[in-house]
Amino acid sequence: MAKSTSKDAQALFHSLRSAYASTPTNLKIIDLYVGFAVFTALIQVVYMAVVGSFPFNSFLSGLLSCIGTAVLAVCLRIQVNKENKEFKDLAPERAFADFVLCNLVLHLVIMNFLG
Amino acid sequence: MARNLVGFLVLVLAISICEAASIFQPISESHRSAALELFTPTDGSFGSLEETYEALRTFGILGIQKKPHIGTGSCQSVSETLGSSSSTTKDLFFALKVNSILECKIDEAIFQEITSRLKAVVNDGNSLLDFYYSISSLALIKDQNSKVDVLLGDADGIFRSIKALSQSDGRWRYSSSNPESSTYAAGLALEALAGVMSLASSEIDHSLIDTLKNDIVKLFDSIEKYDDGSFYFDEKLVDAREHHGPLSTTSAVIRGLTAFASLTSGTITLSGNKILGLAKFFLGIGIPGNSKDFFNQIDSLACLESNRISVPLILSLPATVLSLTKKDQLKVKVNTVLGSSAPPLTVKLMQAFISGSKDSSVIESQELGFDPENAVHILDVLPKSVDVGNYIFVFEIVLHDSVDKKIYTTGGQTQVPLFVTGVVKIDNAEIAVLDSDLGSIETQKKIDLAGETSVSLSANHLQKLRLSFQLTTPRGKFFKPHQVFLKLRHETEVEHIFVVGNSGKQFEIILDFLGLVEKFFYLSGRYDIQLTVGDAVMENSILRAVGHVELDLPEAPEKAPRPPARPVDPYSRYGPKAEITHIFRAPEKRPPKELSLAFLGLTLLPFVGFFIGLLRIGVNLKNFPTLAVPATFAILFHLGIAAVILLYVLFWLKWDLFTTLKTLGFLGAFLMFVGHRTLSHLASTSAKLKST
Repeated sequence: MAKSTSKDAQALFHSLRSAYASTPTNLKIIDLYVGFAVFTALIQVVYMAVVGSFPFNSFLSGLLSCIGTAVLAVCLRIQVNKENKEFKDLAPERAFADFVLCNLVLHLVIMNFLG
Repeated sequence: MARNLVGFLVLVLAISICEAASIFQPISESHRSAALELFTPTDGSFGSLEETYEALRTFGILGIQKKPHIGTGSCQSVSETLGSSSSTTKDLFFALKVNSILECKIDEAIFQEITSRLKAVVNDGNSLLDFYYSISSLALIKDQNSKVDVLLGDADGIFRSIKALSQSDGRWRYSSSNPESSTYAAGLALEALAGVMSLASSEIDHSLIDTLKNDIVKLFDSIEKYDDGSFYFDEKLVDAREHHGPLSTTSAVIRGLTAFASLTSGTITLSGNKILGLAKFFLGIGIPGNSKDFFNQIDSLACLESNRISVPLILSLPATVLSLTKKDQLKVKVNTVLGSSAPPLTVKLMQAFISGSKDSSVIESQELGFDPENAVHILDVLPKSVDVGNYIFVFEIVLHDSVDKKIYTTGGQTQVPLFVTGVVKIDNAEIAVLDSDLGSIETQKKIDLAGETSVSLSANHLQKLRLSFQLTTPRGKFFKPHQVFLKLRHETEVEHIFVVGNSGKQFEIILDFLGLVEKFFYLSGRYDIQLTVGDAVMENSILRAVGHVELDLPEAPEKAPRPPARPVDPYSRYGPKAEITHIFRAPEKRPPKELSLAFLGLTLLPFVGFFIGLLRIGVNLKNFPTLAVPATFAILFHLGIAAVILLYVLFWLKWDLFTTLKTLGFLGAFLMFVGHRTLSHLASTSAKLKST
């Protein structure tokens, strides 16, 4: 029983990896970027857990900067993905421009909040 | 309280000094030392001959031997002034005055020349000052050099022309063209007329002299009076060129009057009281502060001392505070104004009454014994009826010789305020705590108010405190002092003062604590008791801590008045202020530096991972535009993003929001433009790819 579940899991991972390999490169870049942002956020959370939340606004701004970027990147990924029929008419360049603008606004607020 | 008492005593002392001032003391040593201080020559001479004369005359009257050495310098300026043809009559007058004292060596020829000049002035004179200076100068020359002929041929005429300036009220005008009349001028005129009389070659018409005597009497009708019995003349003419105060005006009149009186044979009918009043006026001003006033005072008193109308005699007391306990003798001195001894006389004590009640005299009239050694009239023992208190004694001077009665004036009765003091006996002083309802004595203690006593009592609010004592004067009578106060002082410095009333023969105060709890602010605890018995005539006034009472008062109800705040010590305002300590927020705990740096490195790890991931995916920059214009825009687009991020860093490090937003506005517009161009280029290329 246990053997079969691990095998199933292996089979599942395998199929996932092979399915992901067919994803276009630009989406992979975005995924990588989201992963990078989320990991950075995680490290900050760990730091806070170890040290304490004294400059709380700094912690919040750092964390929200990462999460916000990740969310924006996810949004970009949704818009850029060709599979999504919903955004068929939207040019990826336009989506990227939105992403850049949102990032700039987000970081203006973050910088203001950083103290 | 102690301060109050001291203040009161000072006040009483001040009042007694003020009243003592109305006993006029003759000129004494203090005037002599003041004269030496006031008349001090600078560089061996006084400022002018006028001042020199005033100084020399004052020293002469006061009999001051060790005059400053001014003889040679002054004589030089006298001979210069007399020799100079440009000297005015006023200069000549004062030079001759100085010369009359110093007796310098002046040539007879100079006197001759001056005399002829002065005579010319007298004959053509029309102003009073011309007459005054020239005639007085001639009179001085007559005294100084007998060989010069100074006698006036037309004395009657000159007398008339001076008299023509007189007014109907006895005052004089300075000149015929000046309608204003002046009392000071009257004094000068009298002196000038006296000079005319002394210089007259033949006797002056008697009718003229009689009218002049009438004028003097009229002039004395305008004399003014102070409440203390002193008389003086005041100038009514205020806007004259040179205003004269009461002192110099009175002085001028006295000089003129005495000069005139010394030359007339008949009597001038003036009341002796007025002459005495004038003397009192000059004595009453004490020691003037400037040399001019000093000279006027001393010179006038000297004139009064030797005048022919009536010489004032001044009654004075060496001490106006007499102690019954020490058995002080009542001493009275009678002198002339300058302090020389009086003719044989008897001083009678006519009356003595307690000040404030003038109707009843406490003594019979009696004579004072004379002590020829000290020239003092003494009353050995004060009569039995004189007890401690403030009295007014009335004296009368009786001259022995009937001839003296014509020469001297004593001014009738003289009133003198006197303080009779003594040690007051305090008897039966006791303090007791009573039960309120029954009035029975709980504790009773005798206290000795003369010595040191310290009683300690305790009481509650249902009890009473009674303090009683008796005061008797040295004559054995009941004594009621000005101040009898009982003071209770709580530990917290809250004070309560009670006036101790007297019931017939003894002083008694009963403090019913039940009625006083509110006044005492419900403050239980130790109260110090202080008793004040004070009076100006009581030699043993007391301000003494009697002891203390431990009070047990009920708890204060909620609405009870709060005790007043302690008075702030006024000196503490200038002391150092309490130091202000600032409390800062304790800094938060910070992690060790190494840990933070380690986590900084950790945050970089995902970034590194991101790059590795990118490489593994096989990212390339093939889509980057190759044409010159789109490439430029693309580079500018990336530079613009980098600039905005740099701007954010600057904003974080030092700029404020406004500067940042302004810059961001420009950068944003630039970024929009280049971004749009770049992305639309990319879009168009991808569209071309799709269509092909």
